[in-house]
Amino acid sequence: MACPPAAESPPARQPSVKVILASADVQRVVDRIAHQILEKTQGAADTVLLGIPTRGAPLARRLAARISTFEDVAVPVGVLDITLYRDDLRRHATRAIGPTELPPGGIDGKRVILVDDVLFSGRTVRAALDALNDVGRPSSVQLAVLVDRGHRELPIRADYVGKNIPTSLAESVKVTLVETDGTDGVKLYGGTTS
Amino acid sequence: MIRHLLSGADLDAATATRILDTAAEMATVAGREVKKLPALRGRTVVNLFYEDSTRTRISFEAAAKRLSADVINFSAKGSSVAKGESLKDTALTLQAMGADAVVVRHPASGAPHRLAEWVDGSVVNAGDGTHEHPTQALLDAYTMRSRLGRLAGLSVTVVGDVLHSRVARSNVLLLSTLGAKVTLVGPPTLIPVDWATRAAAANTSGGGAAQSPDITVCYDLDAVLPTSDVVMMLRVQRERMTDSYFPSAREYARRYGLDGQRMRRLPEHAIVMHPGPMNRGMEITPEVADSARSTIVEQVTNGVSVRMAVLYLLLGGNNA
Amino acid sequence: MTAYLIKGVSLLGAEPTDLLIRDGVVAETGADLAADGATVIDAAGLVALPGLVDLHTHLREPGREDAETVESGSRAAALGGYTAVCAMANTSPVADTAGVVEQVWRLGREAGLVDVQPIGAVTVGLAGERLAELGAMADSAARVRIFSDDGHCVADPRLMRRALEYVKAFDGVIAQHAEEPRLTEGAQMHEGAVSTRLGLTGWPAVAEEAIIARDVLLAEHVGSRLHVCHVSTAGSVEVLRQAKARGVRVTAEVTPHHLLLTDVRAETYDPVYKVNPPLRTDEDVTALRAALVDGVIDIVATDHAPHAVEDKECEWAYARPGMLGLETALSIALEVLGPRWDLIAERMSRTPARIAGLESHGLDPAPGVPANLTLVDPAARRVVEPGELASLSRNTPYAGMSLPGRVVATFLRGEPTVLDGKAVK
Repeated sequence: MACPPAAESPPARQPSVKVILASADVQRVVDRIAHQILEKTQGAADTVLLGIPTRGAPLARRLAARISTFEDVAVPVGVLDITLYRDDLRRHATRAIGPTELPPGGIDGKRVILVDDVLFSGRTVRAALDALNDVGRPSSVQLAVLVDRGHRELPIRADYVGKNIPTSLAESVKVTLVETDGTDGVKLYGGTTS
Repeated sequence: MIRHLLSGADLDAATATRILDTAAEMATVAGREVKKLPALRGRTVVNLFYEDSTRTRISFEAAAKRLSADVINFSAKGSSVAKGESLKDTALTLQAMGADAVVVRHPASGAPHRLAEWVDGSVVNAGDGTHEHPTQALLDAYTMRSRLGRLAGLSVTVVGDVLHSRVARSNVLLLSTLGAKVTLVGPPTLIPVDWATRAAAANTSGGGAAQSPDITVCYDLDAVLPTSDVVMMLRVQRERMTDSYFPSAREYARRYGLDGQRMRRLPEHAIVMHPGPMNRGMEITPEVADSARSTIVEQVTNGVSVRMAVLYLLLGGNNA
Repeated sequence: MTAYLIKGVSLLGAEPTDLLIRDGVVAETGADLAADGATVIDAAGLVALPGLVDLHTHLREPGREDAETVESGSRAAALGGYTAVCAMANTSPVADTAGVVEQVWRLGREAGLVDVQPIGAVTVGLAGERLAELGAMADSAARVRIFSDDGHCVADPRLMRRALEYVKAFDGVIAQHAEEPRLTEGAQMHEGAVSTRLGLTGWPAVAEEAIIARDVLLAEHVGSRLHVCHVSTAGSVEVLRQAKARGVRVTAEVTPHHLLLTDVRAETYDPVYKVNPPLRTDEDVTALRAALVDGVIDIVATDHAPHAVEDKECEWAYARPGMLGLETALSIALEVLGPRWDLIAERMSRTPARIAGLESHGLDPAPGVPANLTLVDPAARRVVEPGELASLSRNTPYAGMSLPGRVVATFLRGEPTVLDGKAVK
């Protein structure tokens, strides 16, 4: 999920906004990930892309579209809602749950690539792995993210990273996509420019 | 977010819709190999049943277990309650055991309201006396929505012993909130005097009854069938006969029972519902109960999904 | 015997005067009376009323001394400004013999806080089947004049007729709990919009009105006195109005709670609001208030009904009906009627004393009159705190409500039972 906790508390002084990826950059990064997937999976055979809501879902669809453009293979795409598997359910008011949509062929025996926008603590991915466990048995699981901002709290790493961004915990990374937010972009908020 | 679910009136349209939407997601779990979600791990749900109702208890139990909650079944029979323990003392016991939610079925109207004052956890009314049964109304609404695609504007006819029916009370409240039009049909003795007179006043004054819920009362089943999208048959207890609510079971069945002939007067798409358990041959004939229009089995399945949604919404966050 | 000089008190709202009490009677009234050894009580701003008389009190003794005793109920009464209460017969054992009524009467004397006048049961064991020994109770030391099966209706019309006729021999009166039992089986609250919504079995107004209509016709037919307990509906008021216009010898009471509270209170399902007859609607309250003012309803009677905690801290349907009333009745009368002191004296003292045949009560303070009186501070307000009540029970429906008026002192035959708002013993 895109918003780490830091986003909730606005920085005290001189909030800075830094553009990490502009609109065109986002598309280039998606293309690169698509190429990497094709390369690393020998043509994306027996592969399923599962997006993690909110922004992982459109990202997964974009990746599938780009893969189809590059190599003319149709990669099944689905959505994996992880709300009920989160480890912080009790820290918030009850969260609305979203749909989980698996592609018609299912995920059993397939290589599942989880897709999310930002990799941060790793807790979302942990929840996704648990959720995956309850809906089927993939042959292997990989992870693709648009941005890795570091600060992992669990032993999790991404197989495909669009961009590594060194951040401090006081900063927050915000990804926007045309499908969910109207524009593509990645911005870094917070920190202080004193 | 609501803390307890005691009455259909506790739910506004947004919350009710959210429960139905959540239930739709919960329903997908039933089709999975692992029919379990971790959302309520470590939470304790107590089923406190002062009346025998195996079907409702099992439904709540399945719902809580599918969400990984710990379930304690506390049946009044053969327990401290049978030895004369008061509801308040039982409540304090459950409190001490750390119940996060208490699902209560009780023969006295309002008992869940009392309980809610004595426990910190959430209280879910699983049927209290002749008052309400809100999760039944939710599962009925869910069933209507999944069969007919909508609730707003539906004509729902509720037939039978409305006076003593908690199912009818909760349905009237919830369905009105969600925009359905409810018509109550039954012998005048089994329609609350207040609703009958209010509906009559609304008719003569051209609508605009003083108070919600907006309901219509009709004593002639045949007259309303052709315009009904949903017919909900209520269970009629034979004991009512001895209290002179109606002369005989035969006469009741003739005037207010749903048989094949009457069913064929319904519009093509209309469905027939029953909260169960049925009195076959009394309010409903086997031909109707077992027909394609009947949603009776679906209602049971949907009950688990809806109760999962309710438990998740009450206990899934830090709002409890 | 101590003498008391009450200085600067307003008799029923009149200009302040002094009031000298000596030897159990009001010795003198007038401006600037000499103390002459009497204890002086500064009563500036206070109003003196004849001691209140409650025609309808449940003292629970014998049988449920955990809920109330004659002594605790008497103390509650004195604190409420009462000097006499009529104790209902539904004790355990039932007050249906000379022995039980004499026991209650004697306990009242021993407590010495108010005059406790027992009411005798109409039928044996309140069972509604055969007459209790009404004559024996009338002839006993308790000199019973009011008979009632309160809590139960004398539903059998023939039995009711006989009772009305029989008590004429000793100028008795039957106080009827008007409730047609077949119309109220399982009833939990007023039948109407709220009962429909709450799913509680309704107690229809007609169940009361039908019995009152029948009983006024019976009383008219046999030329007897009838008293109607706790009238609760607008329809009952109309039946009574017509009967009185025809000259039927009927009197009627209304409770403080039926003058103030309505059935919406049941929405919490807190049985502290469960009472029989049940709380009714706004329209009923309005009609009852008007009838109390115009005299169709003769008196306010508390129906003080103490219940142990376990009988109220439970499910509505399992709770016992009834509310405390003695310590709040005058405040509610003030709230409802305003400072119309003569009307309050009429409805809460003079008329109930006359109905009950209590000759030394219900008399305005004046030279030579028994000194049964109460002093009220009309300017005070108080918030009802159940824990502060003198009753052994806590089932007041007014908890947390701010009510006008406070009883400062009560005198029974010249002796204070309450001083400075506190019970003397």
